[in-house]
Amino acid sequence: MSGVQQLQAAPRTGWHVAEVVETRRETPSAARITLDVDGWPGNLAGQHLDVRLTAPDGYTATRSYSIASSGDGERVVLAVDRLPDGEVSPFLVDELRAGDRLEVHGPLGAFFVWRPPADGGTGRPVQLIAGGSGVVPLVAIARAHAEAGDATPFRLLYSVRTPDDVFFADELETAARGPAPFAVEFVYTRRAPAGTDAPVGRITRERLAAGVIGADAAPVVYVCGSTGFVERVAGWLIELGHHQTAIRTERYGGT
Amino acid sequence: MQHFDGNLLAGPLADVFAFDPTGARARCNGCGAVAELATMLVYRSGAGSVARCRDCGAVLLSLVDGDGRMFVNFIGMGAIEIATTGRDDA
Ligand SMILES: Cc1cc2nc3c(=O)[nH]c(=O)nc-3n(C[C@H](O)[C@H](O)[C@H](O)COP(=O)(O)OP(=O)(O)OC[C@H]3O[C@@H](n4cnc5c(N)ncnc54)[C@H](O)[C@@H]3O)c2cc1C
Ligand SMILES: [Zn+2]
Repeated sequence: MSGVQQLQAAPRTGWHVAEVVETRRETPSAARITLDVDGWPGNLAGQHLDVRLTAPDGYTATRSYSIASSGDGERVVLAVDRLPDGEVSPFLVDELRAGDRLEVHGPLGAFFVWRPPADGGTGRPVQLIAGGSGVVPLVAIARAHAEAGDATPFRLLYSVRTPDDVFFADELETAARGPAPFAVEFVYTRRAPAGTDAPVGRITRERLAAGVIGADAAPVVYVCGSTGFVERVAGWLIELGHHQTAIRTERYGGT
Repeated sequence: MQHFDGNLLAGPLADVFAFDPTGARARCNGCGAVAELATMLVYRSGAGSVARCRDCGAVLLSLVDGDGRMFVNFIGMGAIEIATTGRDDA
């Protein structure tokens, strides 16, 4: 097996026992959860895992969560947003404690992933578009790009309720200051930072057109968030001339 | 009903295949479109999941899980194209 093949290979998937190393508040409604996963083979930027919870009576609930980290090692970072009427997310955000154990299946996802260009040269520009917690896999991608010192131009358009709801704000700032070209632009849907005149409101086709790399530059576009957000944005991207095969989507559910 | 996409089936399908096939492409028997399994639209209910073609809506596969058994029916797709060169077991 050649080294190149090894680099391109997606790590093998399996069920693992994970121990919670740390859980802390990420935003008023979300928690950042660091896991130590026994036997984890490492993961690519953009992948996810499935968490399975089992009640004492044997009832199980499985949900998917994107991984904010990538690379080798058994540490995995998640960020989970609480849906007030949800079955699983309120438990993960509010009840989970360091030392707790979870069953996880992964690493998963062979499509919504990003790898640095194998030859070290720049690939097609990359446009990341996130709605809310949909930023999690895009944070992994932005950090992998920064760590690789990859010269490919990257941009992130991030739709978020308020400045307090930004996930991984420090990591995004660090990536934007790093040597790899990366710019972040926010769309605030409820409240903009004090002292700015940034517009407030849901993303529109016009704001999307103004905030993303144009179709003429043939970017690869990653869109992630609630199903409704992803479908609106992906539809507009096609109207704006982006090719369907250049758009990678991940739908989190909801409407 | 809320829906997702083929990324949601990466875990269950990785239990069927020896690897996660969501990056593999398949042809829709309904309209002929060829696309990665991750791009299917996935409708989940208590009984299981149904995956539809994003282009024509035809059912591509159904997956029913429970009682220690899983039923997967690739009812609406032709051959699945799987890259073997990039895999660590290739
Ligand atoms: C591949 C993938 C990766 C994901 N990664 C993450 C992640 O990194 N962080 C994260 O917080 N979530 C992520 N999700 C969503 C997550 O899997 C769960 O769907 C979410 O936590 C809700 O689960 P629940 O059991 O709390 O709610 P449920 O009991 O399943 O649903 C409760 C209610 O919320 C609605 N709902 C479900 N999902 C959403 C949604 N996304 N937006 C709005 N309403 C919704 C449902 O329609 C229902 O009315 C991901 C989903 C997928 C498919
Ligand atoms: Zn079709």
